[in-house]
Amino acid sequence: MKVGIAGAGGIGSNVAVFLARSGVRRFKLVDMDRVEAGNLNRQFYFRDQIGRFKVAALAENLRRIVPDAEIESLVARLDNASMATCFDDCDVVVEGFDGRAEKKMLLEALAPGGRPIVSASGVAGCNLDGIRTHCFGQCTVIGDFCTDADQSPCHAPKVALVAAMMAHVVLEKGGYYDCPTQK
Amino acid sequence: MQITINGKIEQMDACTIDQLVRRQGLKPEALVVEHNRRIVQQAHWQEIQLREGDSLELLRFVGGG
Repeated sequence: MKVGIAGAGGIGSNVAVFLARSGVRRFKLVDMDRVEAGNLNRQFYFRDQIGRFKVAALAENLRRIVPDAEIESLVARLDNASMATCFDDCDVVVEGFDGRAEKKMLLEALAPGGRPIVSASGVAGCNLDGIRTHCFGQCTVIGDFCTDADQSPCHAPKVALVAAMMAHVVLEKGGYYDCPTQK
Repeated sequence: MQITINGKIEQMDACTIDQLVRRQGLKPEALVVEHNRRIVQQAHWQEIQLREGDSLELLRFVGGG
């Protein structure tokens, strides 16, 4: 199974690490940002990676867990047209964008192809009790669906919890719990 | 006409998805619409006429990721 990671922030980086630890070996990482000091409270990067492109730093971190992982890294801001084709070779796409409009754009762009998407909505703040899973078209959305990052800061426990639940859905879809050594 | 919106049965006059979104005062920027289990691109909201028994899910994304 090849997993597309759309956005390598708190969600994308943590989901990718959970998947690598669980047996996923093929990734396509897409993000345009560089690692900043303010990311380190929740995103899977290290202080000595500040200033590097996130996709390059994440690929390095994933390979520290799985040296033979096949990782394609793309530094890009996706628009509507490129989102529709960027993940053509992926079996499932993890939506880890920060912005609401980009989240919507990804779901709508991938809708016609029917490719499974696992998405996040509501990862900010520190209230964990409202986190739930909602199936929506071919998409599974996880989060509290109400706390916007504009209103509350993002903290590691909630971001990592949502990321773990998203990774769980990807592993279920890929049949990894049935066959843990599958690549 | 009776349709189901986010799990609740509602009565309404005939309309398109686009008209429904505007009537409900929803901002389309972060809104994704599922019509009868399929996600509909915003570009097609004006073309889809809702029918008796249809099911809609309206998902408003919040930021953070």
